[in-house]
Amino acid sequence: MPQPLNYLKETASQTAGPYVHIGLIPAMAGFDIFEKNFSNMLVTPNTQGERITLEGKVLDGTGTPLRDVLLEIWQANASGRYNHPADRSAGGLDQEFRGWGRAGSDFDSGLVTFETIKPGAITDKTGRTCAPHVNVWIVARGINIGLNTRLYFSDEETANAADPVLNLIEQPSRRKTLIATRGERAGKVVYSFTINLQGPDETVFFDV
Amino acid sequence: MNAQAPALRDPRLNRPEPFTPGDGGLFQRDRTIHPPAYAPGYKSSVLRSPRQALLSIESSISEITGPVFGHNDLGPLDNDLIRNYAKDGDPVGERIIVHGRVLDETGRGVPNTLVEFWQANAGGRYRHKKDTYLAPIDPNFGGCGRALTDDAGYYYFRTVKPGPYPWRNFVNSWRPAHIHFSVFGSGFAQRLITQMYFEGDPLIPICPILTTIPDKAALDRLVAPLDLNASTPFDSLAYRFDIVLRGQRSTYFENRPEGN
Repeated sequence: MPQPLNYLKETASQTAGPYVHIGLIPAMAGFDIFEKNFSNMLVTPNTQGERITLEGKVLDGTGTPLRDVLLEIWQANASGRYNHPADRSAGGLDQEFRGWGRAGSDFDSGLVTFETIKPGAITDKTGRTCAPHVNVWIVARGINIGLNTRLYFSDEETANAADPVLNLIEQPSRRKTLIATRGERAGKVVYSFTINLQGPDETVFFDV
Repeated sequence: MNAQAPALRDPRLNRPEPFTPGDGGLFQRDRTIHPPAYAPGYKSSVLRSPRQALLSIESSISEITGPVFGHNDLGPLDNDLIRNYAKDGDPVGERIIVHGRVLDETGRGVPNTLVEFWQANAGGRYRHKKDTYLAPIDPNFGGCGRALTDDAGYYYFRTVKPGPYPWRNFVNSWRPAHIHFSVFGSGFAQRLITQMYFEGDPLIPICPILTTIPDKAALDRLVAPLDLNASTPFDSLAYRFDIVLRGQRSTYFENRPEGN
């Protein structure tokens, strides 16, 4: 027998369930408990970058919006740098931007929104340039293990065409499932997205 | 002139970069120990499970980084579910301490990481506007809390033991008593939500959600044993629950001799 390796095994995932709000967004469950709460507002008045709203829905296999889904996003700042010690890229840190937020869908419409800034392009440690993107993690009742996907931006066609992850998607038609569409409403920039869990337009999900 | 491969140089120090093993990427996730997305015994998964293969991507900076939290994000009662929503007394139920470590697959503790937890009250009722189970709301129990792990990855909180409750799956499906956990780790691709169960609960082997896990050992690792040594005499029993996040091929703080 060779030496044992003795790695541990990852803890198994379980669904977040229908009442995920209690633990992660208690105000949505209907009560107020913590002094400080996490939210879908990623910016302060002093955050650098273009203010944007990310707005979308997650649809089930019948095309019905999930009304009990929770999304988290993780993104770089306007200079393309993540607020984490492992990111030592050249872009400056923005102390006014953690780069993370969470949102529950509206209990009636299923709409999910984030108030954030548009991230900059990222230079990976291997020197690759990655198109600006937002990393998305999705949990809900009926989702047994969190789903990972990304949102890219419709007005970044050149960067998207060169993005190493988008180019791993074999079918060009599926790449567009990750593109949020830029629009404007009342003078504010809104990027709209739809995440399809199933069907002909099923969103690309990643094994990260 | 001989063609030579250029030495890898550390651009900050302008000298050859020493060899360090690992690229900072995460260990490949062993999907055989996790429930599959499509698990028809858990009916809600049928319409909410992707049907295409997941696209595997190697860890980039987007996956090995993640949000950093600190004590400023928390309040002093956040890990005390007996007191953090008490209005005119203690909540009803068996007082328990839940404690353990957040580790990664290499066995190292994950320090300063955010652990969030939520649960039903002792009667099996959630404080949630969408829960209509007939068991009563406890006016002194919110049912959620959170903690940061210490330098060794250790966390603890105090609560009351949650009750089992019925739910709409089969006509007579009951959830075993459980506490939901949300854990971050240092990279966003380590993000995990799971549930902790209690040793000896007869509902465990017949739970349609728990039995989505195909691997018996992985299922058993979600069951917290009674930990009498950690209990407080004449006050609270204790249960021990360690959580393991994905490991990392990592030396990204290579100028720190202890690694990360």
